[in-house]
Amino acid sequence: MSEVPSELKFLSSHEWVLVEDGVATVGVTDHAQELLGDLVYIELPEEGSTVAAGDSVGVIESVKAASDTYAPVSGEVIEVNEELENAPDKINDDPYGDGWMYKVSMEDPEEVGDLLDAEAYSEAIADED
Amino acid sequence: MGNRTPLYQCHLDAGAKIVDFAGWDMPINYGSQIAEHEAVRGDAGMFDVSHMTVVDVSGGDAKTYLQHLLANDVDRLQLSGKALYSCMLNQQGGVIDDLIVYYLRDGFYRVVINSATREKDLAWLDRQAQGYADLGIKFRDDVAMLAVQGPNARDKAIGLFEDYQQESLRQLVRFQGAEFDDCFVARTGYTGEDGFEIMMLAERMPELWQRMLEAGIAPCGLGARDTLRLEAGMNLYGTDMDETTTPLVSGLAWTVVLDDTRDFVGKQALLDQQAAGVQQSFVGLLLLDKGILRNHLKVVTPLGEGEITSGSYSPTLQRSIAMARVPSGAEGQVEVEVRNKMLRAEIVKLPFVREGKSMLNDGGNQ
Repeated sequence: MSEVPSELKFLSSHEWVLVEDGVATVGVTDHAQELLGDLVYIELPEEGSTVAAGDSVGVIESVKAASDTYAPVSGEVIEVNEELENAPDKINDDPYGDGWMYKVSMEDPEEVGDLLDAEAYSEAIADED
Repeated sequence: MGNRTPLYQCHLDAGAKIVDFAGWDMPINYGSQIAEHEAVRGDAGMFDVSHMTVVDVSGGDAKTYLQHLLANDVDRLQLSGKALYSCMLNQQGGVIDDLIVYYLRDGFYRVVINSATREKDLAWLDRQAQGYADLGIKFRDDVAMLAVQGPNARDKAIGLFEDYQQESLRQLVRFQGAEFDDCFVARTGYTGEDGFEIMMLAERMPELWQRMLEAGIAPCGLGARDTLRLEAGMNLYGTDMDETTTPLVSGLAWTVVLDDTRDFVGKQALLDQQAAGVQQSFVGLLLLDKGILRNHLKVVTPLGEGEITSGSYSPTLQRSIAMARVPSGAEGQVEVEVRNKMLRAEIVKLPFVREGKSMLNDGGNQ
């Protein structure tokens, strides 16, 4: 069974979000990395760019497939995990830790309310299996 | 629930992730397909290929039947156990399937065809058999198949056989098999590495699997099998060629014998295509920019457009590679449209990797 930490929020497209002081750290879930398999290439939004909730902002590619990744919240990208460029498999090894993708300074903290909590996400992925 | 091979429970026990493959519940990986790929390139790995279709062709007419059925010529098989790769064509020269045929003895051949094409292939074999009086075609669903591949695969596997079998297995040359009372073992494979493919009665295969595991041979799934064969420049049926493409535009001209000694299904179409000039060639692509090449992406060359037939990531080269069908004569640098961007790629000779070594001559990423 894949791990779904209770302190995080989620998109049904398998992104996780950790919100602290108006900054959202975004990654992809354990379930998603398991589905994708060994990750070999990643494209993330650029630092300083603006993203809007629901936009496709990057791509995550495993050996077998390419998958779009979506912004869970709107705002400015203030930091990107540069290490993933040469080691996207950090997402496989530690999806909720070293595998984080980027941080967004949120425009509207209320947007968090639109995201799934751990229980709702767990239900969503249980339906998939 | 799909079809299951006799090793299904062994896969679960080894931690396999199971996917549907052409109606079969098969292992895609046992954790990491890259680790499995590396096991085969550097040591030894094993693949359950029992979903593939084994057909025994026997009788006094077996040879003339296969000479009519196949684009390669089984007359090349003179030594008992010898293997031949061939395409089976339709009248238009399109590929119905690719296969390996083993000559076991006079009047007895064993043919291994794909699983996804099983029904249409078996129907075709029967249809082409009309008019041959002394011919038996037997689908061997009682036989399971295991491929053991990698630089140490033969060494690790040989000790698991009976004493009297070990000596003949040591002496097997490439593309040669040995038939025993209880199994058939051939020095063939689909990875670009040395190794064996082993066929035996299904009920005995789980025990062999277990002994292979104990001998330190890593279970490998279909994911690794695909990147291994792509690096080795080996075609995948349904992806790199199908009923709409001939061997001549699929990098398989070397498997077609177009001499005057025999006729075969699709021969005239190939002769016509050759006379008119073959318009496309089948090449390797090496991505120069960052990204991953995928099946069906458009390739832009100075001579016109082509298409990637198989693209993925090469764990050995640590960059993206592909096989593609491009206008004949295209060479050098080309562009591939990836997610609305044009990326640079280079046309290279196949294979990319053989026996663990990069065949690229640019010196990079060795």
